[in-house]
Amino acid sequence: MTWELFELLLVASIKTVALSGLSIVLGFFLAAGVCAGMLSQNVAARRAGRLFVSFFRGTPLLVQLLLIYHLLPRVGIDVPSEVAAVIGMSLCTAAYQAEILRGGFGSVPKGLLEAADMCGIGAFDTFRRIRLPIAVRLTLPALTSELIMILKASSLVSVVGVIELTRMAQDLAASTFLPLPLYAAAGLIYLVINAVIASIGAIVERRVARGHA
Amino acid sequence: MSFDLGLLRTYGVEILVAFGVTFLIWIAASALGMIGGFAVAVARRWGPAWVAWPLRAFVEVIRGTPFLVQIFLLYYGGPFIGLSLDAVPAGLLGLTIYGSAYYSELFRTGFDAIPKGHLEAADCVGFSRVQMIRRIIVPEMTMLVLPAMVNMTILMLKETAILSIISVPELTLEVSSIGSAHYAFVESFTILALAYWALVELCGWAGRLAESRLSRYRFAHS
Repeated sequence: MTWELFELLLVASIKTVALSGLSIVLGFFLAAGVCAGMLSQNVAARRAGRLFVSFFRGTPLLVQLLLIYHLLPRVGIDVPSEVAAVIGMSLCTAAYQAEILRGGFGSVPKGLLEAADMCGIGAFDTFRRIRLPIAVRLTLPALTSELIMILKASSLVSVVGVIELTRMAQDLAASTFLPLPLYAAAGLIYLVINAVIASIGAIVERRVARGHA
Repeated sequence: MSFDLGLLRTYGVEILVAFGVTFLIWIAASALGMIGGFAVAVARRWGPAWVAWPLRAFVEVIRGTPFLVQIFLLYYGGPFIGLSLDAVPAGLLGLTIYGSAYYSELFRTGFDAIPKGHLEAADCVGFSRVQMIRRIIVPEMTMLVLPAMVNMTILMLKETAILSIISVPELTLEVSSIGSAHYAFVESFTILALAYWALVELCGWAGRLAESRLSRYRFAHS
């Protein structure tokens, strides 16, 4: 195990972080929509939201990735495997994040909303000033864990041919015949990235909590 | 593009066998993982510091790294330290180790949530440590952690799919090889997803049933 090999792993880990970060952000917007569907008065929207969450939480991400990877070209959409990977991860994390958001919005005390109504605060302002900040504060720890989950899950996109950290370790292990140090080093890099995410999450949580003691 | 359900009929036996492999690995790894996780949680809480610290590191490392990397390390790296395992035992061992780290965290939060007064009361009436674990901690904790345990066990089922990558002949591997033999990837992966989905829903339903049963039981006796 030389520094050159480790450097290759580090470079590949940038792709891991980029793909995971992109998926989390895209997934968040999708999740907001799905969550709105699940909380809406419309029965069809509620059903659709729940079905989406149930499917993407009820099947292995590996199977989702394989399905999307083969489905896209079949319906005439030819995209690089990175795009297929981001689509798959975004859909999957959207289901988890939608559940997290639903839990957050569900935990906003009813009394606060009633009080806002009493004070004559409109629906939009109630959402912006009361529901959203409280829900965000309640869901931050869960969203941080979801980010860590998706970072680990991103190792699966190696299967559809994306050369990220795990795939790089795999390729190097095959060519150098040093699987033990290479996979250990890859694991170490994941561990460090996750520790960084966890501590950033903790800092943000403290920041947000301070404003609303 | 049509669903070729004929494939299901042609390969019925193979698919059934592969499903059996998935099911057995899932149940075995979950059960062993729960036992291991319980042991880890107990040792971390009541064991000496020189046991608790390495176990904490173990849990953090397992929870901080992808399962795929762990299984690669075990399966491809193992032979270099004299641990040559076939795919199935390697997969089972890897999933058990992975599960025990996560289950141990659930048990740990369960331990923390048991009211201290109950343990003090048990101590006062002269319960031994074993009695305390068996009569107070395990039953109370089971109620507390059951929903999270069901979720984790569902996660374990989904993780078994990853074992296909190290060539464990389970459902995902079998179905993808049928798919590639007939160039029917979309059909086979759709069926595969539906199969996992059904099993996960079934497991969630069983968990909810167990929860309502057990809570009824607890109310009847309190």
